[in-house]
Amino acid sequence: MRFHFKTDYDHDIRLFPDWWNFSLYAALLAVMVALPFVISSFYLGEVTNVLIWAIAGLGLMMLTGQTGQVSLGHSAFMAMGCYTCVILMEAGVPFVAAFVLCGIITGVIGALIAIPALKLHGVYLAIATLALAILADDIIVILSPWTGGVNGKFAPDLMIFGYEINRWVNPGAWYYMALVVVLVVTLIYRNILRSPLGRAFAAVRDSEISAQAMGVDIARTKTMAFGISCAITGLGGALMGLFAGAFNNETFNFLLAIQLLMMIVIGGLGFIHGAFLGAIVVAFLPQGLSILTDQMGRGFNIPGLEMGVFGLLLIAFIIFEPHGLYGRWLKLRIWLELFPFARRDLFRRQKSYLKTERLR
Amino acid sequence: MEFMQLLLSGLANGCVYGLVALGFVLIYKATEAVNFAQGDFMMLGAFVMLGLVNPQYMGMNFWLAVPIALLIMGALGYLLDLTVLRHMFGQNQTAIVILTIALGFVIRFVTGAIWGHEPVNLHSPLALGDIRAFGVVLSLADIAVIIVTVIMTMLLWQFFQRTKLGLAMQAASQNQMAAYYMGIPVKRVQGAVWALAGMVACVAGILYASKGSLDISAGFIGIKAFAAAVIGGFGSLPGALMGGLIVGVIEPFAARYLPPGYSQIAPYALLILVLIFRPHGLFAQVRTKKV
Repeated sequence: MRFHFKTDYDHDIRLFPDWWNFSLYAALLAVMVALPFVISSFYLGEVTNVLIWAIAGLGLMMLTGQTGQVSLGHSAFMAMGCYTCVILMEAGVPFVAAFVLCGIITGVIGALIAIPALKLHGVYLAIATLALAILADDIIVILSPWTGGVNGKFAPDLMIFGYEINRWVNPGAWYYMALVVVLVVTLIYRNILRSPLGRAFAAVRDSEISAQAMGVDIARTKTMAFGISCAITGLGGALMGLFAGAFNNETFNFLLAIQLLMMIVIGGLGFIHGAFLGAIVVAFLPQGLSILTDQMGRGFNIPGLEMGVFGLLLIAFIIFEPHGLYGRWLKLRIWLELFPFARRDLFRRQKSYLKTERLR
Repeated sequence: MEFMQLLLSGLANGCVYGLVALGFVLIYKATEAVNFAQGDFMMLGAFVMLGLVNPQYMGMNFWLAVPIALLIMGALGYLLDLTVLRHMFGQNQTAIVILTIALGFVIRFVTGAIWGHEPVNLHSPLALGDIRAFGVVLSLADIAVIIVTVIMTMLLWQFFQRTKLGLAMQAASQNQMAAYYMGIPVKRVQGAVWALAGMVACVAGILYASKGSLDISAGFIGIKAFAAAVIGGFGSLPGALMGGLIVGVIEPFAARYLPPGYSQIAPYALLILVLIFRPHGLFAQVRTKKV
């Protein structure tokens, strides 16, 4: 166990608490950079997929994990990011500019949508955003002249400063592009968390009433959370659409939003690591299941198995490990560090009772 | 006449939405949780009934099968509370929202594995005849839906207002700890309300399946029922029925008078408008919490 002797207030908010921690993440980055030289292009594509899911998950994590607002409508913002990016590119905007712009536009629209949604709490917000996700599908069809409607759109060629990035020709380049976006988004995310805004997010999540009493502007904080969250999710959606190559109104349906929410719950709500762990589960679960059913033989090939297993996993996690995979790892680490002094009740959940919000 | 026809078929559809919404409201009133799997409960109830009635399965008499299906769904609801939801006792709403969404996925998977993914028809005596009067055609199922829904809403409403168990449910939701102190077995009461919600879902499922074909995606009408419950105001039983009727009536009129593509949007657009302007529904029960 390492003890941090803090001699400066800045030590509380440093990006990395010590050299050991920094070197761990540096090593992880080195492994990620070396990955294209080690694994085959099929698995490289899968890892790229994980990174893309992680970006979208980070977006939702900002809203749900950090600010405590449940959204079941982030597929709408993924769609918005994707369509904006492709439409801008078709209008002749270079890819890098279009990509950044689509994030900004999605963020601004998300913040605008958040303003009427500010009055809503918990379940009502979840339902409103769910309605938004369902509406997105129909709106894409209505806006056919721009979005291609049911026929969808094909992703144009990606050019970064004259260098072509094609998933089939050079998967490594695609992977590096996703990795760079992940790095930048994670750094931005981490820096927001240690800024006053990030503290305000946590205050709103833990208790809106006490946050208000401490002088946090709830409306502004929630709008910011929505904006930033939608911007990041929009980037994730843009990458997802471009990576898939073709997309239409059904690509980003509301099940995608639910899957995104399930992903961050399984990974661990409120942790950056959670978004990545959840993304790994989401991306590799279908592969793992298909390998498993192949081993069991034809008779076990049940349609819809994937979502069923996903649901069961989620139920198990919410009941037994509400902090997700990363929470489990933290507990394991503390157990190891305290060994042999960890006690069984160390992580017992406090008994709590609900009170209604209704007064009649 | 066309107007009347649209209105009546809309009302019949709206009653099914209202019945599913009743399930939401029941659970919300008694446990302060929102059951996102209520639509899938309904779908499961319909399939249980189908398993009992249809000749290729059990081939039972329809009227005999109704109480059995109700019992099965009630027991399932209670068991679900016992095994899954009781672990979440006292936890916040958000976790329960996610949990019930996951439950919906599991229910859809299990149903698909048992009864298959093809659309099927329930052998229901309600599906046969229809009645023509004043130039309006109404199927027996539509009439049954409207009558049953109105009766159910009245019964449940009175149940919550008058009976001891109903009052205990309200008390358990308002303040769990205080309810304990008053001698209410809160956990058992919550189990009872899940059983009740299972039965209501079963009724909704039987009526839904009598109106047309059934497949495992039928549970997605739960989303429209959500719109109904929110428009009526979560926590109000007559409100849920009203909301269901509003959504049900808007749909056929939107399909008739709006350009294609816009009609599916109507219920959700209404939902969002209600949430913006009257966030707690037309029959609101919420005021700001005081410290």
